[in-house]
Amino acid sequence: MIVNQFLVLAAALFAIGIYGLLIRRNIVLILLSVELMLNAVNINLIAFESMLDTPEAIGQVFAVFVITVAAAEVGIGLAIVLMIFRNRQSANVDDLNLMRW
Amino acid sequence: MTNFLILAAEEGEHVITAGDGGWWADTAGLMLVTPLIAFLAILAVGKRLKHQGGEIAVAALAVNLVWATVLLVMNMSGGVLDQTTFEIANIGNGLVFELGWVVDGLSIMMYFLVNLVGLIVFVYALGYMHGDVRVPWFFAAFSLFAGSMLILVGAPNLMQMIIGWEGVGLASYFLIGFYWDDLDNVRAGNKAFMTNKVADIGLILGAVILGVTLGTFDFAQLDLESVAHNEALAGVAVVGGLLLFFGAMGKSAQFPLHIWLPDAMAGPTPVSALMHAATMVTAGVYLMARTFPLYENLAQEARPWMIAIGTITLFAIGLLALVANDIKKVLAYSTVSQLGYMMTAVAAGGYTAGLFHLFTHAFFKALLFLGAGSVIHAVHSNDMSDMGGLRKHMPTTFWTFVVGSLALAGIFPLAGFWSKDEILATLGYEGYTLVMWIAIAGAFVTAFYMTRTVALTFFGEYKGHGHPHESPRIMTGPLVALAIPSVLFGLLNIPGVEIPGISNFTEWLGVREVTMGDHHAEGIDFLLAGSGLLAALAGVGLGWMIWGKDRASQQERDRFEIPLLYPLLRRKYFVDDAALGLVGATTGPVARLVDWTNTYVIDGIVNAVGGGTKFLGGLVYNGLDQLGVDGVFNGLSAAADSAGSALRKIQTGRVQQYASGFVAGALILIVLFVFVI
Amino acid sequence: MSLDAWISEPVNWVFLVIGLGVLFAAFRVVTAQNVVHAALYLVGALAGTAGLFLILSAEFVAWVLVLVYIGAVIVLFLFGIMITRAPTGLDEGLSADRKLWPALLSLALFVAMAWGSIEAFGTDPVTTTGSATATELLGESLLGRFVVPFEIVSFVLLAALIGGITIARRDLTPVEEEERASV
Repeated sequence: MIVNQFLVLAAALFAIGIYGLLIRRNIVLILLSVELMLNAVNINLIAFESMLDTPEAIGQVFAVFVITVAAAEVGIGLAIVLMIFRNRQSANVDDLNLMRW
Repeated sequence: MTNFLILAAEEGEHVITAGDGGWWADTAGLMLVTPLIAFLAILAVGKRLKHQGGEIAVAALAVNLVWATVLLVMNMSGGVLDQTTFEIANIGNGLVFELGWVVDGLSIMMYFLVNLVGLIVFVYALGYMHGDVRVPWFFAAFSLFAGSMLILVGAPNLMQMIIGWEGVGLASYFLIGFYWDDLDNVRAGNKAFMTNKVADIGLILGAVILGVTLGTFDFAQLDLESVAHNEALAGVAVVGGLLLFFGAMGKSAQFPLHIWLPDAMAGPTPVSALMHAATMVTAGVYLMARTFPLYENLAQEARPWMIAIGTITLFAIGLLALVANDIKKVLAYSTVSQLGYMMTAVAAGGYTAGLFHLFTHAFFKALLFLGAGSVIHAVHSNDMSDMGGLRKHMPTTFWTFVVGSLALAGIFPLAGFWSKDEILATLGYEGYTLVMWIAIAGAFVTAFYMTRTVALTFFGEYKGHGHPHESPRIMTGPLVALAIPSVLFGLLNIPGVEIPGISNFTEWLGVREVTMGDHHAEGIDFLLAGSGLLAALAGVGLGWMIWGKDRASQQERDRFEIPLLYPLLRRKYFVDDAALGLVGATTGPVARLVDWTNTYVIDGIVNAVGGGTKFLGGLVYNGLDQLGVDGVFNGLSAAADSAGSALRKIQTGRVQQYASGFVAGALILIVLFVFVI
Repeated sequence: MSLDAWISEPVNWVFLVIGLGVLFAAFRVVTAQNVVHAALYLVGALAGTAGLFLILSAEFVAWVLVLVYIGAVIVLFLFGIMITRAPTGLDEGLSADRKLWPALLSLALFVAMAWGSIEAFGTDPVTTTGSATATELLGESLLGRFVVPFEIVSFVLLAALIGGITIARRDLTPVEEEERASV
């Protein structure tokens, strides 16, 4: 196995995640795309760890942290989505356009 | 500085011996300065003190009095003749501008007079002005006056004397208009200042003419030049002398420049007492006395004019006192009349006579004014129809006022008798017989109006509405203090009598650079003295007959109305109206001409310039500024505006669009860093 | 390594299968017209990712992923979907209309990244020791060298917990505030 197969795969996942971020109207789906991107990062990390084989498994430790932080972020993110829904009765991101010219 | 000076007198009569006064004369300049320091000190801290600065004023004069008394005693016992000057500038043509002080018989007498009477009046003022408005300013201006007066009488030359002259004029202006809330008081102050200013034209012109022709402004030098009898200078000397006299007329209120003095009674009574009775107004007489050798030797032709004016003043103005109802106005007219006496005496060659009257008059006139102030304080009115019967309520004031009145009237043996008699004697000796009889008639008038005043104020029934009571001791004390000299000081100059050890007034005054050469009587001329006394007693008697008994109204009392003369007197000989009319007639057309020039000529030029500038300005504004400069800026701002309008559309508020921008940027950076760099 | 050599390794076949699955799932996440479907496709993508981790001998991380991500995060998402009353059926309005620029952008990004990594790493191999990374090793590392980040991350979780509760708390009605205050 070569590193690049994982890296390219991760890049593709990342790009797809970005596409979803830019395309989706529902805020929850946007968050979902963000999860995809984080996932892509994790693949990268693990792949590099395997390639470099550090004595302390640094890459994997990092990946664990990423997962943890992603979980925390999803918690907060959904709380915010909840508040937005309560205030504006809509989870459509196009409706959140007050900060404009 | 001159030391021992022994001169042989012209008539072989008097020899002047004098010491140089030692340390006291060398430091006498302190007297000129302390009141000015007091002026500044009172302005700085006066209002925080218990007596609002009066303490400082009194202290300054008390210090001065020490010097004045020592110098007087030294002069009495041996004579003091000294002069200290400091050259300030060299004017050229041999003339120098010097400041300093003179210590000789005349100036010592004046120092003593100003400081003693000043101190007594200042103490009186502590009580009189208590609780009044702006008291610190009062004492400050009063101290300024005292300082200026001392600078005047201590001046070794005409220049410094003029400085002091103007100083007292300024202080007088401040103090006459002291209660400036009432516009009439302000007008009175202006009148005094303006009248004096007119006279000052003569003073300054005369001083310059005399200084330039005789080659010096210094009094001692002028005296020496005068005695040198250079006939070629006589013509100029007469002109200069007359001009100086014109200046003296203003300050000493001689007819017709007397009009300011009655109006000056608007000031507080201590001011009237000190300035407009005892000291400031005597500055004119002092000037004549100081330049006596000039008139005696070079400018003899000026003297008849001076005597004429003096005589008119003493008689005609004295009459005006008969019809005045304001007690201070009576005293004011009386002062003018007495100044006429002094001026006539000096002009007639009576150096000692005039000055002796100046000396005694200061005491009893100040006494009368302070007494009037005491009455006014109790009754709250100046008008004698609000007074009457006050001798029961104010005994001290009454008795001292009577003493003053008798002294003024010239009743033996009070001071006024002796000084007035000396004037009569001089007039007779010098051959001015008509003037002498007029002076005797004047004595009658004086006694007449003073009796009227005393009767209306102190006798009869009280006609006012308040509860008059005697004034506090701080005010009655000075009254008594002034009454004593009014009684006794005449004895200082009994003709022919020299008090052992201290000589007499004549000797003291005679200690000058040159001998004055005035006639000194050897003994009392009983006929003349008797005539004067008789006139005075007649005046008292007639006055008492008419006004002594209580009348129901002022009208009845003034039933004594000489038809024709009374209206003339009431209108004060129309002199005031004439003066006002003269001023109006001369300044009116000039003012109108100036106004025309201003409006049409000057304003025309200014308007034309303005119009031209406006046109040019319009050109620049419209063409250059609006189109050119503004065009550029407007264009720039329009560009910025449209750029802004375009750019702001980026802010759509849509997060995903921002995210796209993000990603695009990240992409560029990735490409940049990974591939290019 | 040449393509032949690569294909010959069975691991790579597995990788290919799982990888394509992941890509497909990811693609469906962003294009599904049903919200719940999108969430479920993400589950698939995550599961595939866990498989990839296993191939890379990262056992612990793989199971952590399954537990945390699939077990908790997705459930959270589903709750979120329900609370925000997203239409659970077909919903046409889920994607924006202008898809071109984002597509181009992500494509460009992908190309840039892929090209970059290919140029950088060429055919560098990944070491496959055959045995999975020992969890013990991971644990020692987490609580040894990386104990500080570990603690900080736990702090972050605490903050997220408290923050989430605070943000999403329902505003008390005046009656309830009174009750609370008087207690």
